[in-house]
Amino acid sequence: MVATGLGRSYAGAAMDQPATRMDPVGSASHTHVTFDDGITLECGTTLRRHTVAYRTYGTLNADRSNAILVCHALTGDQYVAEPHPVTGKPGWWDSVVGPGRPVDTNRFFVICPNVLGGCMGSTGPLSNRELPDGTVVDEPWGTDFPPITIRDMVRAQKRLIEHLGIERLFAVIGGSMGGMQVLQWAALYPDAVFAALPIASASYHSAQNIAFHEVGRQAIFADPDWQNGQYWRGGRIPARGLAVARMCAHITYLSEEALTRKFGRRLQNAPKDSTEAISLFGEMFEVESYLRHQGSTFVQRFDANSYLTITRAMDYFDLAADYGGDLADAFRGSRTRFLLASFTSDWLFPTTESREVARALNRAGANVSFVEFPTDKGHDAFLLDEPDFHRALAGFLRGCALHARLDA
Amino acid sequence: MSTLDPVRFLAKNMRVDLALIAGMIEPNTRVLDIGCGDGMLIDHLFQTKGCDARGIEIDMAEVTRAVVHGLPVMHGDADIDLEHYPDGAFDYVVLSRALQAVEKPRAVLQQMLRIGTRAVVSFPNFGHWLVRWQLLSTGRMPMTATWDRPWHETPNIHPCTIRDFFVLCEEEGYVVERWLATDDGGRRAPWRRASRLANMFGEQGLFLLRHR
Repeated sequence: MVATGLGRSYAGAAMDQPATRMDPVGSASHTHVTFDDGITLECGTTLRRHTVAYRTYGTLNADRSNAILVCHALTGDQYVAEPHPVTGKPGWWDSVVGPGRPVDTNRFFVICPNVLGGCMGSTGPLSNRELPDGTVVDEPWGTDFPPITIRDMVRAQKRLIEHLGIERLFAVIGGSMGGMQVLQWAALYPDAVFAALPIASASYHSAQNIAFHEVGRQAIFADPDWQNGQYWRGGRIPARGLAVARMCAHITYLSEEALTRKFGRRLQNAPKDSTEAISLFGEMFEVESYLRHQGSTFVQRFDANSYLTITRAMDYFDLAADYGGDLADAFRGSRTRFLLASFTSDWLFPTTESREVARALNRAGANVSFVEFPTDKGHDAFLLDEPDFHRALAGFLRGCALHARLDA
Repeated sequence: MSTLDPVRFLAKNMRVDLALIAGMIEPNTRVLDIGCGDGMLIDHLFQTKGCDARGIEIDMAEVTRAVVHGLPVMHGDADIDLEHYPDGAFDYVVLSRALQAVEKPRAVLQQMLRIGTRAVVSFPNFGHWLVRWQLLSTGRMPMTATWDRPWHETPNIHPCTIRDFFVLCEEEGYVVERWLATDDGGRRAPWRRASRLANMFGEQGLFLLRHR
């Protein structure tokens, strides 16, 4: 199922230039395409060259009508349905994308790109810096990488879709920040999106969410190894700061109920070799151990400057603001079919925010399905085994295929 | 919000009711079904009449069932969510057996005829002879096959009779283009043209309305 012949042949035809890699992400080379006709970002900066790393699954049909774009969340990447090349863990949406899964790769051609600003092969702060005259120097952008927006990410993805010869996507799907991209796709390219599925998402990033992001960023800044973002000079990464950022963010992905169910107040012995302050107590709560594990595994696969760039992109997102303040104006006249889905215990992207989008789509006269799933798993639920959610995804896509006259 | 379902048809009678409502709807039109349940009517309208039919439902389990079946249904409340639709967005707005369960029936009807050119409304008739007889003979709130929950449990907070509904339409300036009274199985009753008889023997009323 991994990388069909089509995916490979496109990768071969592209201008293969291994993206610059550095620790901690490793130097694995990712399938990608580089565009050298320039992309002007919302901030005004033009990148003369930009690379989009991506994976594909399944087969594009003859009339190129069965393509589904999957947009990943803040710390996701293009390895949606196959083992991750760095961590070896299963794809981040293995339960949703694959043969016989709700996004069935036996039927659909699935494309998942790494976002602009990311660190898995797409152009981002890890890529070599481009001077205004277009020459590329042998040093990463770091924090000088231009600020990226969700719209910039989507425009880069549009280039990839065109490169793959696809005029209209059957569906665009994504959760959390992926859902923001879905909404942006539907607003920017309504005729190129037959169905849009923003999951556990919102049309703007709330003040509370920006606040949590800022805590994470400050944790990175506070790490002495961050070195004002030029950490490659010292050969170290701000692992502690990035881990704390991840730990803080991870709490927001869960719910009190899920934490209580999984860990309660249970204690365990602190690791004997731990040099950290927690070992002073001789014991630690299981939830502490869990969070530390989340933090330490994260830094192996994610770049701190990418984390800064992408969290900022989410914070900037406010789709209605781009359309004079009324979200409905972003979707006026849209023929796209929407499925909005949210989860009862998600307090990061609560149902009220999905409902706001649903109502704006109603005002725009768009075709909307909207359902909230009961779960105690918090925001993370969209990534986990939620049978009702998965059945709804599959059913919605089946219904859309009927309306799109997409043959099985 | 009550957790109890408003009066609904028994499943065995669903098809008959759908056929009556569908009979009032022209092919290839835009339809919004309020309180659409698992979406049986909108599926029927799409499959048999090529309608662009969508639904709103307040019960999340029903919404999930509808979406799983690939039907465009959103979670929403007739009392709250209709205001978010633009004027004239639909050719027909359907409210089947839910008028008696909404908070503000009059406002919901106004919204229906704002967002739709026509409204199809059905409701259980509180003027049915058995309801009248029970109230008269026992002096207590009626309990029948249709009105089957005690007064303190029922989500059907605004019962009305077929004559009440005619009066409301008159007051609001709605034209009753078609109407009929049926038994609880949704079968058409023979007293179609005599509203007083219909109000006595019809277990439910079904109306097709438009603005004057």
